[in-house]
Amino acid sequence: MNIESAQYHEDLGDRNIKAVIDGITYYVPISEDNRHYAAILEWAEEDGNEIQAAE
Amino acid sequence: MAVSRINEAGLNVNQYGNRNLIINGAMQVAQRGTSFTNPSVSAYTLDRWSTTYSHDGAVDISQSTTTPAGFKNSLKIDVTTADSSLSSSQYHILQQVIEGQNLSHLNYGSSDAKEVTISFWVRSNKTGTYCVEIQTSGSQELARPYTINTANTWEHKTLTWIANTDFTITETNAIGLYIYWWLAAGSDYTGSPIATTWASNTNRVTGQTNFLDSTSNELYITGVQLEVGDTATDFEHRTFADELDKCKRYFEKITKETNSTFIGGGMWYNSTSPYVGCKYKVTKRAVPTVTSATDSNGYTFFVGGSSRAASALDFSRQTTYSVRVSQSGGLSGSGGTNPQATHATWLEITGSGASIEIDAEL
Repeated sequence: MNIESAQYHEDLGDRNIKAVIDGITYYVPISEDNRHYAAILEWAEEDGNEIQAAE
Repeated sequence: MAVSRINEAGLNVNQYGNRNLIINGAMQVAQRGTSFTNPSVSAYTLDRWSTTYSHDGAVDISQSTTTPAGFKNSLKIDVTTADSSLSSSQYHILQQVIEGQNLSHLNYGSSDAKEVTISFWVRSNKTGTYCVEIQTSGSQELARPYTINTANTWEHKTLTWIANTDFTITETNAIGLYIYWWLAAGSDYTGSPIATTWASNTNRVTGQTNFLDSTSNELYITGVQLEVGDTATDFEHRTFADELDKCKRYFEKITKETNSTFIGGGMWYNSTSPYVGCKYKVTKRAVPTVTSATDSNGYTFFVGGSSRAASALDFSRQTTYSVRVSQSGGLSGSGGTNPQATHATWLEITGSGASIEIDAEL
């Protein structure tokens, strides 16, 4: 999967990650069992990639 | 006359249910669609089936009605850009990944480990040697070769794996086993002789045909079954409803049906923020990723006497049971009661291009 961007998303006491993957916006839970979250963590370890802070 | 005892030896094993560990082995369930142009690495296609690859070619995947007798669908792999000279590390694999807690009865990693057998129907113009490989969550694997003998002819293949007594597998909701149908492999994987024991092998798929070597190549597969033991029983034909529910543990897509599809009820938090609950049809394997297709005014939140439309949705509070849904990108529409905090609402999918996808795949 091609992760283009990732940003923490906070709403009414909840927090997940709003990520654009293969051109589609996904709401990814912060959960180790989730394959998208695992991929985002891997992506964030690469130089130049960062999960942006929530707005 | 009352039956006092059932003689198991007299029962036909083909009557036993739930013996097929493959989900959607008959390729009938296609929630994501029926045609996939050059799907990306690890992208899911027909339900529970994905591809993983590294090469310079391209393949399309689709749900086909070309089948052997007794089946309605197959999965078709069609080469659209050839790669006739694979580099050493390149490969192409069709795969199904199996949840670990469905595999405890294999007793892998113990002296009581069981043999398993995979059977399937396959048809291709590209004859030759192919390999199916089982890999544990700890990356120990063992492949079994088979031959497509006759071009464009359905052939039924049966392959049995020796018991894996050495390596345990994860027995949770995480990945337990990968099942790989190799279609191409560079020299890193094809050293000789082929491995015959469970290990982190190098000679994994010796003799593997390069299915990618021509845009004329196509391959169909269906009737895939993985079961305990050294014998392939008849394919376990589950009902479509049963198969769909099994698929929905991993992926669920909600679309508009007829005029609209009701998603759930809720409340306006303020004049621009409606919140509703969306409960899934089937409890998910893990907390899922959620997305909505962008569709102009395809999502309708109701207010007293009228409604407001959104073109995309915002999701939060995901659990394995449900997700909280709001609008994303603003609302359009007027009339009726102006929405305000504490007003009730409900959400319907009203656009033909609108959908909610809930993804808990492995």
